[in-house]
Amino acid sequence: MESIRPKIIAFLTKFFPTVELADDQDIFALGFVNSLFAMQLVLFVEKEFGIAIENEDLDIDNFRSIQAITELVERTASVQNA
Amino acid sequence: MKIELTEKQTQERQAFQTFVQRAISPYADGYDEEEYTPPEIIWEIAQQGYLGALIPTEYEGRGLDMVTFGLLNEELGRGCSSIRSLLTVHSMVSHAILRWGNKQQKNAWLPRLATGSVIGAFGLSEPGAGSDAGSITTTAHLDGDSYVLNGIKKWTTYGQIADLFLIFAQLDGKISAFLLERNTPGFSAQPIKGMLGTRASMLAELHLQDCRVPKANLVGWRGFGLAAVATSCLDIGRYSVACGSVGIAQACLDASLAYTSTRQQFGSYLKDHQLIQRMVTEMLVNVKAARMLCLHAGALKDQGDPDTIMETWIAKYFASKTATQAAQDAVQIHGANGCSSAYPVQRYLRDSRVMEIIEGSTQIQQIQIARYGYERMEKHDRSAS
Repeated sequence: MESIRPKIIAFLTKFFPTVELADDQDIFALGFVNSLFAMQLVLFVEKEFGIAIENEDLDIDNFRSIQAITELVERTASVQNA
Repeated sequence: MKIELTEKQTQERQAFQTFVQRAISPYADGYDEEEYTPPEIIWEIAQQGYLGALIPTEYEGRGLDMVTFGLLNEELGRGCSSIRSLLTVHSMVSHAILRWGNKQQKNAWLPRLATGSVIGAFGLSEPGAGSDAGSITTTAHLDGDSYVLNGIKKWTTYGQIADLFLIFAQLDGKISAFLLERNTPGFSAQPIKGMLGTRASMLAELHLQDCRVPKANLVGWRGFGLAAVATSCLDIGRYSVACGSVGIAQACLDASLAYTSTRQQFGSYLKDHQLIQRMVTEMLVNVKAARMLCLHAGALKDQGDPDTIMETWIAKYFASKTATQAAQDAVQIHGANGCSSAYPVQRYLRDSRVMEIIEGSTQIQQIQIARYGYERMEKHDRSAS
């Protein structure tokens, strides 16, 4: 958790530079979200944390907040790296 | 920092050039005039493994890295943009299944796509939905163990001959992707003729009337809708078109260098006239710059770097505009000969215009890239404060 969260914040800050994102803040409600952002987010998570996002994880709720993304990474990494 | 191709990439590029010069370039004007790609050349391309460029070897593909895939697109684009567009759409369908398909879909389709026994085509655009892809009106609803598709797709590249279509439709309000085979009852494809450019790309308008596809033909998940499947496919397509545009521009440069070295006016060769030299310089420099942008985008893809998304937008924007300007100048350099079907530069000009429209029009790109620029500026300002 400790190493995952700062990396996610650093990535999201590129897209929301003037917003102090809370862990449970709905980033999709901020008004800027398009398909390009979603694609970059998936690619970032896969590359940064060395995991493969499977189809069943492509649920918008898994990417809705810093907390949700962190939990997705932890859950997926524990399965794929086991 | 050293920017260069590996020895393998250099060898691959040479092989691509040799093939295109032998098998495609001499016939491309004929394909354009006939508005037809003969099955024989598609078979030859398949034999080279090019249709399986992005498909891993475990599924009988070539498994090329993205930089090499870019080089292939450039060389095909240099010979014939229509045939390059076959690689584009076929690869987009292959990518969709490879990235978002389940094991059954991969086993069922990837080997056949790799060998070319099945040709893939991409069905997103509609008569009323081009840049605004989210407004497509083709629908899908679940009926028993099938999805039923209804709607019309337009401008489908190689839709006249494709065997397998990746169709995007609204399913319960979310855009989803479906694999639809040509022989599905209720499906028909009407040829579109008389296009300005890429005339041999055998476009079709697809009509889907109560087309039933098995539930198993849904590709990916509905979670991100357009984002996941369509966006990642369009990223591949955009990269392919960008590299193909470099090919067009290189072809214009090749033709202009050759023509100006043999034609004389006012007692000297055209290449000795300074205003001609200016146009050649612009062409040469911009081709190099466009190629670098494409290679950079491709390298980022190979690294899985999310920056590849915007770098591909930037590459396509610059490369397509470079192709258009190079083709304008090539026709100008050739004079009346440039307006004649006896010279290929008129084809390059018509093909280049298409490049600024497909896979993200120039105007959409200007909006998106500007937004990206402002985001980055704000980040720099925030870091500095």
